[in-house]
Amino acid sequence: MESILAYLLAGISYGGQLALIAIGYTMVYGILRLINFAHSDVFMVAGLFVIYLQTAVGFYVAIPAAIILTVVLAFSIEKLAYKPLRSAPRMSVMISAIGVSYLIQNVAMYITGGLPKVYPDIPLFTESVEIFGASTKRVTLLTPVLVIVLVVALVLLINKTKIGMAMRASSVDFETARLMGIKINNVISMTFIIGAVLAAIGSMLYFSNYNSISPTSGAMPGLKAFVAAVFGGIGSIPGAVVGAFIIGICENLLKMVGLTEFSDAFTFALLIFILVVKPTGLFGEKQYDKV
Amino acid sequence: MVKENAKTLLEINNLQIRFGGIKAVDGLSLSVKEGEIVTLIGSNGAGKSTTMKAISGMVKPFAGEIIFGSDNITGQAPNVIVSKGITMVPEGRRVFPNLTVLENLKIGAYLRYDNLTNDIDYVYSLFPRLRERSWQLAGTLSGGEQQMLAVGRALMAKPKLIMMDEPSLGLAPIVVAEIFEIIKEINRQGITVVLNEQNANMALKIGDRGYVFETGRISMSGKCSDLANDPKVQEAYLGKSK
Repeated sequence: MESILAYLLAGISYGGQLALIAIGYTMVYGILRLINFAHSDVFMVAGLFVIYLQTAVGFYVAIPAAIILTVVLAFSIEKLAYKPLRSAPRMSVMISAIGVSYLIQNVAMYITGGLPKVYPDIPLFTESVEIFGASTKRVTLLTPVLVIVLVVALVLLINKTKIGMAMRASSVDFETARLMGIKINNVISMTFIIGAVLAAIGSMLYFSNYNSISPTSGAMPGLKAFVAAVFGGIGSIPGAVVGAFIIGICENLLKMVGLTEFSDAFTFALLIFILVVKPTGLFGEKQYDKV
Repeated sequence: MVKENAKTLLEINNLQIRFGGIKAVDGLSLSVKEGEIVTLIGSNGAGKSTTMKAISGMVKPFAGEIIFGSDNITGQAPNVIVSKGITMVPEGRRVFPNLTVLENLKIGAYLRYDNLTNDIDYVYSLFPRLRERSWQLAGTLSGGEQQMLAVGRALMAKPKLIMMDEPSLGLAPIVVAEIFEIIKEINRQGITVVLNEQNANMALKIGDRGYVFETGRISMSGKCSDLANDPKVQEAYLGKSK
């Protein structure tokens, strides 16, 4: 019984970390119809920022500073690699995103020397706690709470504020949004900023469970989060969150029954299944006819 | 309502717009006085919509100038132009289907930071049906209601000039009549109206002055009543034979 609980908790926690990455994919897709392949590398770089800053200035400065630097990175990627291609075919932007992804990985390879860098213990996250007899890191309990708080804040931002309204309007009709006086570039920047903040927080939670980061460390969680976003219905925030939790829990339950080797395969099989059966995902976006 | 010695509100001089090598608008000049309803008529592809898009900042002109009041607004961004007091009811209504009726009105006032209550009430008094549907998603409205919402949304920015691109397109005649009544009412409140309308018959009835577009140029202009009696206009746009 304790072990089921432990696996379930780990699954919820892992799912929450994926959710924070998945929101970035789904929001950017919602506005730009772009799958931002560089997102998983931004997530990885957020981890590197923590490593380098922690040795330089300590935790209390490193954590907020890493979040800010991640935002700056995502913001610059959008301005330099995506914005100039705004009126280009969608495929060009996608290829640009793949290019950025490899560029970041290679720069990280150069800076780290290709060796895995040890991720520091953030005491708040890595201290051991006991729950119902099962021992786990505090991050496991903290993640779902933090994810729920962040998602609620995000949903309020999108549904109740002016910029949120502008984001919803822009996601269906760029041109008319501009006619309202909305500066579309600000809305897009905002989307990337939100995605980066969540990815940076997600990265701190995620890497607290691992010892080290290498330049390709972002790839697997990034792919899983992408599957979660597609599973939930890309473009939908609740979809991404629900999808991420389902994947996180299922993977850990598979590990519990001894199918650890198949947990990755399960996720990607799920991707193929959902694309075949319901391509718009669980909460797939409604198709509005643009007259 | 045109006052005597009304000032010129909008002036376009020698406007040229090109898409690639195609001259969509080719040396076009027109002017709109404060308080007027000016109708633009002409066949598809004559450059009416493109001219409107240039005024609203959605399309950058190749040459020429657009003067609004005392400001040169040629090639300015749409948000600058909205803040100067020009709004547009786009062709095909283009309400935001995933926003509620109320949100659609609020987004029309995106650049305003003052209290919107009175203006929302004013729009609801013009279109009582929108008040009933305030919390409904705009995508669930009928075509006529969406057109009303698009007009209401354009009013929310408190414009001096409102441009309407094909407001009657695809609507039942009774709804069209209702929309045209509202256009007159808006105009009585002192808002200048530029109307691009395929239904030349109605457009010439409601308008003060009109411009006839032909292949990116203006081929004729004058009082709407004169245009409506012109044999060439009658033949080409009003479906009457000689």
